[in-house]
Amino acid sequence: MRIVLILAGLAVLGAFSAPPAAAQDAQTPAVLQQQVDELKERVAKLEAALAALQAGPPAPAPAPAPAAAPVLPSEPVSPIGAGTAASSAKVFNPDMAVIGNFLGVAGKNPVAPSKAFEMRETEASFQAAVDPYARADFFLSFGESGVDLEEGFITFTTLPGGLLVKAGKMRAAFGKVNTLHTHVLPWADRPLVTTNLVGGEEGISDAGVSVARLIPIGGLFMEATGQVFRGDSENVFASRRPRDLSYVGHFRAYHDITENANIDAGVSYARGQSFFADDPSTLVGIDATYRWKPLQRSIYRSFVGRSEVIWNRGPQPLGTATGSGFYVSGDYQFARRWYAGARYDASDRAENLSLRDRGGSASLTFWPSEFSQVRGQYRRTVYAGDQVANELLFQLQFSIGAHGAHPF
Amino acid sequence: MRKRLAVLAAACWLAVSPAHAQGKLNVITTTSDLASIAQEVGGDRITVESLARGYQDPHFVDAKPSFILKLQKADLLVVVGRDLEIGWLPPLIQQSRNAKIQVGADGYIDASAGARILEIPQGQVTRAMGDVHPQGNPHYWLDPENGKTIAHQLAQAFSRLRPADRAGFEQRLAAFENKVTEAEKRWMAGMAPFKGAKVVTYHRSFPNFADRFGLDIVGYVEPRPGIPPTPQHTLDLITEMKRQNVKVVMVEPYFDLKTPNSVGQATGAAVLVMPPSVGGVKEITDYISLFDYDIKLLTDALRKAGAK
Repeated sequence: MRIVLILAGLAVLGAFSAPPAAAQDAQTPAVLQQQVDELKERVAKLEAALAALQAGPPAPAPAPAPAAAPVLPSEPVSPIGAGTAASSAKVFNPDMAVIGNFLGVAGKNPVAPSKAFEMRETEASFQAAVDPYARADFFLSFGESGVDLEEGFITFTTLPGGLLVKAGKMRAAFGKVNTLHTHVLPWADRPLVTTNLVGGEEGISDAGVSVARLIPIGGLFMEATGQVFRGDSENVFASRRPRDLSYVGHFRAYHDITENANIDAGVSYARGQSFFADDPSTLVGIDATYRWKPLQRSIYRSFVGRSEVIWNRGPQPLGTATGSGFYVSGDYQFARRWYAGARYDASDRAENLSLRDRGGSASLTFWPSEFSQVRGQYRRTVYAGDQVANELLFQLQFSIGAHGAHPF
Repeated sequence: MRKRLAVLAAACWLAVSPAHAQGKLNVITTTSDLASIAQEVGGDRITVESLARGYQDPHFVDAKPSFILKLQKADLLVVVGRDLEIGWLPPLIQQSRNAKIQVGADGYIDASAGARILEIPQGQVTRAMGDVHPQGNPHYWLDPENGKTIAHQLAQAFSRLRPADRAGFEQRLAAFENKVTEAEKRWMAGMAPFKGAKVVTYHRSFPNFADRFGLDIVGYVEPRPGIPPTPQHTLDLITEMKRQNVKVVMVEPYFDLKTPNSVGQATGAAVLVMPPSVGGVKEITDYISLFDYDIKLLTDALRKAGAK
């Protein structure tokens, strides 16, 4: 039926489209033949179009392509999803994953007691490309007492000049530990220096804008990052006026020593209004990471040694003073799924820089698969004033959903 | 003065930013096999480098920042796809600051499009099955016919980016296809006497290879993809291998040989370290010699097993 209609339409179209001058020449058989050929061609095209229409569900008229969209490469479309019942809306769902972090603590801690069992964090992540120019990453952190946007930012991935720009709420590029989500840490807790000087679990994490640029010199990877935040970061900075912004700068250099070993070093700077007094507080940090992983045996053996030293200069009851803290840690993988680690900690406390806590940990981690992890950690802390805590931490982490990137 | 400074700063900026004229295409591939095929097709009109080494497990490559530098300068990124690189490539692409190679852009080539893919899971897929690839087995390059498909796709991509060199790319593509077709005759002839030979592999790296060359894979040393061997599974495997009289265990060079060796001892099977990629051992310098090496290793072992 449709074909008949189309053919009729075509005939009418053909009749009208033939200019009067051509109609006079139409007596010539050659011209007639040419017209017939043309019409045949058009009918064939229409028939093909019709067949395509009948094969699939009737689609609405295709939306005009955005002018700036890149031209699609003329590659064969992969058959993925062709046979599935996924609706087209689902195709654009972001990559989703949920990571659970269950923590049990046994032992006595007179200064910072922990709960016996705690579903410490449940992190839900949503990640996808926004358009050809940017991608978005959201990490919602469900604690025991509420939901928090751990990070939520847009990254402009296609800017010229080697720039990577992010805007939103994010963990600041201050050192190493501050940038890491809790579930990728090599320990069940965060080091004392993070807890005492850099805001604890949340660290420096705020709403703002980040600009990072690569400055490669030879084969050396160097990256400079500058960030401006609102100035509110729990237990680090507090913004009392709109102009109380906080600033973070980070410089990172990375070098492959051999194909099996590399060194990663950085210098960080952060400045904002102190959270407990209306005066500026400045943090400076240096970090170094050494990694060893023999390529051919990479799934069985590796070692990561890392250290961060952080200075915090801020208001104290008797004027401005500087405190410091550091950690040194090493993690050795001795089998495909087993890691042993140790860490030494020492740090002054931001509110009272004359108090210094010290501690040490030993841990054993087992990965049943890439998607779950069991960790035991013995932690001894000697708090200022010689109060001693001996604790055993037991951590179980498990993830479902999209396959995330392996931490590096 | 200020204006002059601004101009100077802009000049420095431009000087540091890589500018690409119509010179050689800078191609980065995730694996050495793709690099070898790209080299065959691109010849001296491209430079090509692989991120992963042939003796490295391609599922577990570290996302080193030095790779970001390579990706930043790339005109073309060729990936194996089918989620093989999912654990390490996405963050590298995101940080590459290179609009050309973002997923969906002109310079991002998924080599698996058009290739024959096996083991696409049917029905429900869950992680209870181990680290399965929902889009099928990503080790498809081990079928030389897929190698030709990849080469064809690369020639198209190269020609699109360097239309002036199209004829050269097409010529090199034809030469490569002929070379593979010729070699395939030799490989098929070598394998013909062992059609249907039963083998065991460590990981599911060889389904396309087995399919092309007539091997029957009856079991795996891994109980599930990505899960290391368990004692019970190893015992079951030994029983099954004895029952079916399996005489060859194929192990990728990045896996531990302890379990395969004990399986070999218990069953009398030969344990072969069989590289699935170019550069897996130093004799394997390109895509053709990969098959030459693997097929020689395999036919020697099967011949010996038959002679016993």
